[in-house]
Amino acid sequence: MMADPVIEVVDLAKSFTIHARDGLTIAVFNGLSLHVRAGECVALHGPSGSGKSTLLRALYANYKPDRGQVLVRHGQNLVDMASASPREVLAVRRLSLGYVSQFLRVIPRVPALDVVAQPAIDLGTDPNAARDKAAALLTRLRIAERLWRLPPATFSGGEQQRVNIARGFSVDYPALLLDEPTASLDAENRATVGDLILEARERGAAIVGIFHDAEIRERVSTSIFDIQSAKRAA
Amino acid sequence: MAEGYNFAYLDEQTKRMIRRAILKAVAIPGYQVPFAGREMPLPYGWGTGGIQVTAAVLAPDDVLKVIDQGADDTTNAVSIRRFFARTAGVATTTRTAEATVIQTRHRIPETTLTEKQILVYQVPIPDPLRWMEPRETETRKMHALLEYGVMHVKLYEDIAHLGRIATSYDYPVRVNGRYIMSPSPIPKFDNPKMDMMPALQLFGAGREKRIYAVPPYTRVESLDFDDHPFEIQSWDEACALCGATASYLDEVVTDDAGSRMFVCSDTDHCGERRDFGHEGPWAKEIAQ
Amino acid sequence: MMPAVAFADGALEDTPLLSVRGLSYHYGRQLGCRDVSFDLYPGEVLGIVGESGSGKTTLLSCLSGRLPPGSGSIHYDMAGHGLTDLAGLSESELRVLMRSDWGIVHQTPRDGLRMGVSAGANIGERLMAIGARHYGEIRAAALDWLARVEIPANRIDHLPQSFSGGMQQRLQIARNLVNKPRLVFMDEPTGGLDVSVQAKLLDLLRGLVSELGLSVVLVTHDLAVARLLAHRLMVMKSGEVVESGLTDQVLDDPHHPYSQLLVSSVLQV
Repeated sequence: MMADPVIEVVDLAKSFTIHARDGLTIAVFNGLSLHVRAGECVALHGPSGSGKSTLLRALYANYKPDRGQVLVRHGQNLVDMASASPREVLAVRRLSLGYVSQFLRVIPRVPALDVVAQPAIDLGTDPNAARDKAAALLTRLRIAERLWRLPPATFSGGEQQRVNIARGFSVDYPALLLDEPTASLDAENRATVGDLILEARERGAAIVGIFHDAEIRERVSTSIFDIQSAKRAA
Repeated sequence: MAEGYNFAYLDEQTKRMIRRAILKAVAIPGYQVPFAGREMPLPYGWGTGGIQVTAAVLAPDDVLKVIDQGADDTTNAVSIRRFFARTAGVATTTRTAEATVIQTRHRIPETTLTEKQILVYQVPIPDPLRWMEPRETETRKMHALLEYGVMHVKLYEDIAHLGRIATSYDYPVRVNGRYIMSPSPIPKFDNPKMDMMPALQLFGAGREKRIYAVPPYTRVESLDFDDHPFEIQSWDEACALCGATASYLDEVVTDDAGSRMFVCSDTDHCGERRDFGHEGPWAKEIAQ
Repeated sequence: MMPAVAFADGALEDTPLLSVRGLSYHYGRQLGCRDVSFDLYPGEVLGIVGESGSGKTTLLSCLSGRLPPGSGSIHYDMAGHGLTDLAGLSESELRVLMRSDWGIVHQTPRDGLRMGVSAGANIGERLMAIGARHYGEIRAAALDWLARVEIPANRIDHLPQSFSGGMQQRLQIARNLVNKPRLVFMDEPTGGLDVSVQAKLLDLLRGLVSELGLSVVLVTHDLAVARLLAHRLMVMKSGEVVESGLTDQVLDDPHHPYSQLLVSSVLQV
């Protein structure tokens, strides 16, 4: 029997209306549907500007779609991220849906180790255990220990991205969204990220990702979702 | 009694108004009752509140004693006593035990008072919260709503800065378990006397136009902390004149070399002890 | 410590802490705020953003009991009483609520501190107001809170006048949190502070809000502060709420023209 999807997108449409330009509307996609089951990794495919990042953000409820549903498994229920209240969305993000953005959002004064450990601590994990796991992830991603106690603001782009990735993998989310996780990484670290994604798949996570790097895409994804052909009427 | 004055100077309507305020004050121990204070023939700051209260309760057969810092013979005590002698024709005395009405500034007599006596205190600032909150609108609410946190703040500050509660006079008290009251600038040494006192205690503030009261046999507790309990002053010396060890002593500098002696602040109490034969270390020298 | 927004199994707290319906206030004929409605749950931080004249401060004043609401209702989940209409409370009940269950952090620390008493007394006052009578324990609590807001312990007996602006603000926060309120109102808590000082204060607030499970209504004109602290935002313009929703969604995908203007006006460093 096929397992139920962990993520199910139904007839999703998104456009942006820019009021400063007299209400200019930019349609991004219209009528998208897709589903992702446990252990699957769907790679979003399409040229630059086709809406891959927009779709990912809409899945995370960071963008509000015009129409349609984004159903995410949360405990025993399915929550529609497109219409859920803010606190329901936050609850889903805390427990069920992880997100690795393209760039680390830097908060002043917070050391890298705490940045990575925070999602686990927020769930009630013992802070020491959470930091141990954070340390292990940072080590795997080759962030030197002397950097752990520093806020990432002064790190290089690649270092910041690795902190971002470590944070995204610090909790074993049932569903995971990855936006260009290997951009600005060298070969060694790209390989490690690939390992992390495969391990997540192994434990049953459902993943949606944007991978420009063909090698990574080949290695980790189980299917490709072409945004442009999946659009119905523009 | 001097010609042309109503009994005890104030007209009967005014006295009735003040007595109504006093009744209200007695009914709500420690609560400050506003009253329509009159212009008196002495300025604010000289006891006009006390005088108006005394004038309102005085009857022709009362015996009046007036003290200032415990002494009957200071200028103010003498003036006020003479004022009532002239305008009310009442008998006056310096003996606490013989008085029926005692008006006082800044002390409670050492002699225990009886149910037949009234003690009238002169009060400068009636509101114990005034140091923290200058607005009358706010302090009234604070009293009404039992918002007394600030009173312990003051005591806390003392301990933080000086290691102990340094307030030594006008020490705030809680009356009947409800209102926090300023006992007027009596030394904290006198605070325990207020607790369950058999006499009626009335407080008059002339400039601020407030009257408050502690009925006989009412609980009056000085504020403190569990780990910094209320303590009264004590002296190593005894009274130089009468040898008393349990009364409030004034320090008197006797010469330019800095010699000093300690004497009872309550002149009547000291004199009474000497009449009974008590002698202090300097008694013989002073007799000479 | 578990954040209060959700329980471990994902279930959500059912009763809102604060429930506002149709709240409006007019200054004579001048509109303060109009028809504001929202529910605030335990552990949530609601940011109210807008420029001068947006009505955000009026709204905060109505919510925190400093202005009577013109029309509409405010219900608060009082311990032991359930959701209670604040308009039905007597002044004394409201004042008790403000002292015990609520905190108010003013933009200017002087408005929220007793400048004439020491830092320790400022923090200890609420405890003494609810009956704390042991000097040693009160002082220990004050020292504990000074440490939490990163004020050196040796300043405990100093007057707030001798503190820098940032330190005064942190003292105000300690004074408001010592009695473990459930709801805190903040009006531009970082306004007027140097940038590095702001960062420290925001970090502190973030930590305390999360650790204590506080609900907060936070008024600010600074979108960066809103993004850092608030779970949800309401954007106000000319007395009305023009957009509301999840913080990152309102800031990253603003729909209302004014929201878009606000977000696009923020300078990048």
